[in-house]
Amino acid sequence: MKSFKEKISERVFLLIALSALSALALITVFIFIKGLPIIAKVGVFNFVFGMKWAPSQGDYGIFPMIIGSVSVTLGAAILGIPVALCCSIFLAEFAPTKLSALVRPAIQLLSGIPSVVYGFWGLIFIVPAIRNYLGGPGLSILAGSIILAIMILPTVVSISEVSLLAVPRLYKEGAFALGATHWQTIRSVLMPAAKSGIVAAIILGIGRAIGETMAVIMVLGNAVAIPQSILDPARTLTTNIGIEMGYASGEHQEALFATGIVLLIIIMILNAVAQYTTRRR
Amino acid sequence: MTPQPKIIIRKLNFYYQKKLVIRELNLEILSNEILAVFGPANSGTTTLLRTMNRLCDLIPGAHLEGEILLDGKNIYAPDISVTELRRRVGMVFDVPTPLPMSIFENVAYGPRLSSMKTKAAVVEVVERALRMAVLWDEVKDRLNTPALRLSGGQQQRLCIARVLALEPEVILLDRPCSGLDPVSTVKIEESLQQLKEHFTIVIAPHNVQQAGRVADQVAFMLMGSLIEHGITAEVFENPTDKRTGDYITGRFG
Amino acid sequence: MRVSARISQRIAKIVIWSTAFFVIVLLLAIIIYILLKGVSALNWQFLSEIPRDMGRSGGILSTVVGTLLVTAVAIVVATPLGVGTAFYLTEYTREGRVTRIIRFSAESLAGIPSIVYGLFGFIFFVIYLKLGWSVLSGGLTLAVMILPTIIRTSEEAILTVPSLYREVSFSLGGTKWQTITKAVIPSALPGIAIGIILGIGRCVAETAAVILTAGSALRMPISLFSPTRTMAVHFYILAREGISMERAYGTAALLIILILLINVVANILVNRFVARGR
Repeated sequence: MKSFKEKISERVFLLIALSALSALALITVFIFIKGLPIIAKVGVFNFVFGMKWAPSQGDYGIFPMIIGSVSVTLGAAILGIPVALCCSIFLAEFAPTKLSALVRPAIQLLSGIPSVVYGFWGLIFIVPAIRNYLGGPGLSILAGSIILAIMILPTVVSISEVSLLAVPRLYKEGAFALGATHWQTIRSVLMPAAKSGIVAAIILGIGRAIGETMAVIMVLGNAVAIPQSILDPARTLTTNIGIEMGYASGEHQEALFATGIVLLIIIMILNAVAQYTTRRR
Repeated sequence: MTPQPKIIIRKLNFYYQKKLVIRELNLEILSNEILAVFGPANSGTTTLLRTMNRLCDLIPGAHLEGEILLDGKNIYAPDISVTELRRRVGMVFDVPTPLPMSIFENVAYGPRLSSMKTKAAVVEVVERALRMAVLWDEVKDRLNTPALRLSGGQQQRLCIARVLALEPEVILLDRPCSGLDPVSTVKIEESLQQLKEHFTIVIAPHNVQQAGRVADQVAFMLMGSLIEHGITAEVFENPTDKRTGDYITGRFG
Repeated sequence: MRVSARISQRIAKIVIWSTAFFVIVLLLAIIIYILLKGVSALNWQFLSEIPRDMGRSGGILSTVVGTLLVTAVAIVVATPLGVGTAFYLTEYTREGRVTRIIRFSAESLAGIPSIVYGLFGFIFFVIYLKLGWSVLSGGLTLAVMILPTIIRTSEEAILTVPSLYREVSFSLGGTKWQTITKAVIPSALPGIAIGIILGIGRCVAETAAVILTAGSALRMPISLFSPTRTMAVHFYILAREGISMERAYGTAALLIILILLINVVANILVNRFVARGR
């Protein structure tokens, strides 16, 4: 027999708990409501695969931005993930305890630094370096990839490290007992055992890279044309919204919301992939 | 005139989901006595204790048939307040579990829940409880230090004091001395002898010998059924059921 | 041992150590560069004056106040909702359809890009609820953004409280509400606090969501409905438009110092939490 107060508090907690669900529902609903009309008007295929983005002329094709997002993210993944894995292996297997106790919070601190600071640093150092040594305007996909790679390091490192540390000691000891070197053990036993965690870390990092806006705005150059090489400037789905939202109105604004829809769908797909791969183990 | 038993258990059947854990149990527990309920693992001794303070309610899928009468009233009647019941029937667990607070606050936890407001009243109750648990002399100078710093035996006596602070009528002890050294065990067993003057005590000992040392009456359970029940000396020396004798002498365990 | 195994071991060790070294140096370089350049601008005048002339002169006071206000709104709204949700998931239900749906929602929220939060905040708080560009719009948007973090860390903290504590509390006659407030919350508090502090850090650092909802007005915000510019937004505008490099560095330095402090506090709490209860 529960008292009145108990019953009330349980109902209240349930209402509170539904807040996360309602927030997600609200976000989805409002973004879709605002963005769907323009997609319906232009046509899904024309919107997603249209090569021309010129709002003043009524052209709303986001394919250049999709290419921008994909190339920048791919670049960040190629540059950042191997480095991040090395660091996580370092922290889990090679670093003496005192050193890792210093390094780990330092990496955590870095994930808290505002993205605009990273972008600014990239603008000061990376962009001129590219311009001077590799050519092009400097503001480029390469610059974006480098900055994003740096920014996703903390995420990928910390989650991968946790996964590596979670591998039972017995696996490691078994390999050593069979005469394997440290590296052989890491390569053939630890990493496969930590695979699902590492994959989750990578997918999370990719998700962050796709979603990043401010740092990328500062180093990517924001040209609307389709980039031909990594030294060309470009726009991503996110920077498109970030730049134009300040002055867009009417149909133009709706098109930006429609870009938001595309972003949401991409993230949902990524999440689903992450869930699937981590659940299979 | 025989006094009314403190607790009467009638035709108790207890289920976890579909699994029958206690079968057709009938038992009478007399006031101011120590009853030891013993048996091999998974006999249902712990579960039986938990039916008496309705802690079994916390487990999903647990339900029972039959009655448990405390002073003649069924504790499973719909109008019974469970929180009230648990203050009348206190429990000490097998693992000493001081809450992460000071010694004083641990003992004061129960009384404060039932809104004992005045500081003076709480202080008095805490001291009385700690004295009854034979812990007062050892901790009276450090009541505000964390309870986790006490030794295992002291922590368990703290748990007993915590229950005593509620001034219950019945005290249930579930393997209270498992994991404790012999010295602590002796201290606790001695305190039980003093406590039974004021309370009814039901203990599930972690070995048969403790039942023999401590209890006035014993009840032997096997696979959820009550096999035998009676005065300790009689059951141990002349068990009516062969299985009782076999278990006590260690022929199976 | 085969020769190739020995060689690969040595190569691997060199590669890994040097990569780690490179990364650490790189990351330190970024922070130290900004701090060095910016610390010189951090004097009392800078902190106590409001920006003048679009930020070309003056200080950054209004942005500091704006950051504090927006963060405060976000924390005040997100903490009860997040901690409450965590309690509901752990204390009141078993794993079932409802908890799965709630958890799925929280995890999905966590992955949404901040610019999309900005879009949502704009269309919902600024336009639909007619709050306009304001501290309130910005704070509420950030609240939704940090909600998943607070739920996750609170849940972890609550789950580390031994279930025996709850049993003890119940056996002493406690109700569910009493058990939660007197036995579970005190134990879980440091872990919950960590989540809140990390949430504060995210609010301070966020730019994209805030610029679309709180606006970029340089005036000192006087109420929850005033538009305001946070430090991160101010830094972005100063740096990108090239208005004043000196003040940009100063703002960035202040931001980094704030975030450093927040992380230090969080780490102290983590150590206390880990050392104590286990």
